[in-house]
Amino acid sequence: MRPLLSDHIVCREIYRKMRLIRRFEERVVELVNRNEIAGTTHEYSGQEAVAVGVCTVLEPEDVITSTHRGHGHLIAKGGDVRRMMAELLGRSTGYNRGKGGSMHIADLSLGIFGANGIVGAGVPIAAGAAWSSKIKKVGRVAVAFFGDGGANQGVVHETMNIAGIWQLPLVFVCENNQYAVSTRVTYATAGSSIAARASGYGFPGCIVDGMDVGAVMEAAQDAVSRARSGNGPTLLECQTYRFHGHFTAERALGIRYRTESEVEMWKRRDPVNSWGACLEELGYLNGAERDKLDDEVDKLLDEAVEYARSSPWPEQAEALEHMYVTRYPGLPAATSL
Amino acid sequence: MAEKTYREAIIEAMAEEMRRDERVVLIGEDVGRFGGAMGASKGLFQEFGSDRVIDTPISEAAIIGSGLGMALTGQRPIAELMFIDFSGVCMDQILNQVAKVRYMLGGQVKVPLVIRTQAGAGKGYAAQHSQSLEAWFTHVPGLKVVMPATPRDAKGLLKSAIRDDNPVMFIEHKLLYNTKGEVPEDPDFLIPLGVAEVKREGSDLTIVSHSRQVLNCLEAAGELSRQGIEAEVIDLRTLRPMDFEAVKASVEKTGRLVSVEEGYPQCGIGAEVVARVAEHCMDSLDMPPIRIASKDSPIPFARILEQETLPSPRRIVERILAARKWTRHSQDSRLAV
Repeated sequence: MRPLLSDHIVCREIYRKMRLIRRFEERVVELVNRNEIAGTTHEYSGQEAVAVGVCTVLEPEDVITSTHRGHGHLIAKGGDVRRMMAELLGRSTGYNRGKGGSMHIADLSLGIFGANGIVGAGVPIAAGAAWSSKIKKVGRVAVAFFGDGGANQGVVHETMNIAGIWQLPLVFVCENNQYAVSTRVTYATAGSSIAARASGYGFPGCIVDGMDVGAVMEAAQDAVSRARSGNGPTLLECQTYRFHGHFTAERALGIRYRTESEVEMWKRRDPVNSWGACLEELGYLNGAERDKLDDEVDKLLDEAVEYARSSPWPEQAEALEHMYVTRYPGLPAATSL
Repeated sequence: MAEKTYREAIIEAMAEEMRRDERVVLIGEDVGRFGGAMGASKGLFQEFGSDRVIDTPISEAAIIGSGLGMALTGQRPIAELMFIDFSGVCMDQILNQVAKVRYMLGGQVKVPLVIRTQAGAGKGYAAQHSQSLEAWFTHVPGLKVVMPATPRDAKGLLKSAIRDDNPVMFIEHKLLYNTKGEVPEDPDFLIPLGVAEVKREGSDLTIVSHSRQVLNCLEAAGELSRQGIEAEVIDLRTLRPMDFEAVKASVEKTGRLVSVEEGYPQCGIGAEVVARVAEHCMDSLDMPPIRIASKDSPIPFARILEQETLPSPRRIVERILAARKWTRHSQDSRLAV
């Protein structure tokens, strides 16, 4: 075990964060089903070890870009669940004042450059942040999260190439959760793996057990150190699984493209439970302490939901704000009605 | 004042802004030692070096996306898109990322990014390198769209665009680079975005145009003047926000509206100008508006075919003279005869 993982406090915090993500997503599903959250969301449950493993080794000023399945990344990077929940409920106290919703939550002050509704689209933005860091010599690392679906987007390949030629302090974290909506990664991926593609761009790529937060941390630590010390990008392909469907209503709609046995097999490797059990075994956490942590997480989420529900809606006039830094008088007549 | 080409004005604007503000950087294909495909960044690499004049692979989506990432991390990038026709391969980054990020994030960020590109036909480049697609971008809330017709405007508007905290599509015209005109040398010479200019005063009809077609309109106005018709030529200069007040004031004076553009006719800039006149000053019109645009076809290669699709001074004059029969007020001595 690496030094970081011998630290009880760090290990407990990792457990708490993973548990918080899991329970956050369970609340979100309830709220979507009750129509308190409009539209749809994409739950992160099952992939917690990836976000928490990576973000635990980052510094506060490091930058991440996230995906449509972004709640986990935001919580792992320090996002406030009250403001996240408020955003999901479309309230003015939300991170984006109700303008963005699930797929666009961001907090630049925490280095969270936003979830993104377009698959793969955050990746070049992370490269721009990495470029600024390299040129200004500020030692900041950028992490671009994307999925096995995103791995096949042209812009991701373009960005891997420029990151390779410019030796950017950028870590590509591919969360291979086995399905792009309903399309199996084995069908959609030419070549032996997504990680293997890195060699084509001249930097290392490796497959990581994305259900084991310790393994993710270890790989991320290496990749982040490499980036920070000026040795360029790394691609981590974290093998993981989403416990929910692609989007919230999938189960209710009876959409099936995975076998029950496959889902069960992955659930037996639940990253949150197995990390909890591991800490108990190591004596880092006893049963009573774990229950207490779980209770605290639930209480925090109760507060978050209450905070969101009691927060005001945005003023209607705000629909036309935040487009430009300064409002200008020439808006087309139809939009100024 | 000194006589300069449009190309020199563009280079000078960037050079001055790069000297003034070290956060200004230029990124794009062949913009460095080569000096830009249109020669519009000649000398910048030599003066500012490879950290600020950044050559990229042919990866338009990554250029715009990393430009956005740079803008979000303290730089003021100018991203060059070699031909506006190539916006098709990076439209997601322009449309869904650059234009919307401030809005989606509830105003958390500013996006001081200029996307410099060039449009227009007349060089025999055929259908994929000759289009005038400015109308596409004026359709998108969050962008500003600028399209200068003269060296003076090119310099003053580009400097303003670089100092603007919003994303600006700055569209040059490939046939204008060698045109000459007086250009102020004061490093703080700016032309505000969103302000049209009356390029020629006249009392009988208003011609609204932008970019290279302004020159055709001025030539047409000279011919019309010889025939006793005084046309007022308004150069919109900025297409979004559009200075409709300037158009309205002129139409109220002349009672006649002609729009001239090089883009396609359907849902073009002229369509917007005519619609706004219909909404806001219909009563001032003495005759139905005339829209002149390129023909509704892809741009063909052979010169004789290419010229067939484009507006020209002769076409503008002919359309206006042919419109005499539409004039309601038969007592009008010049247009009604």
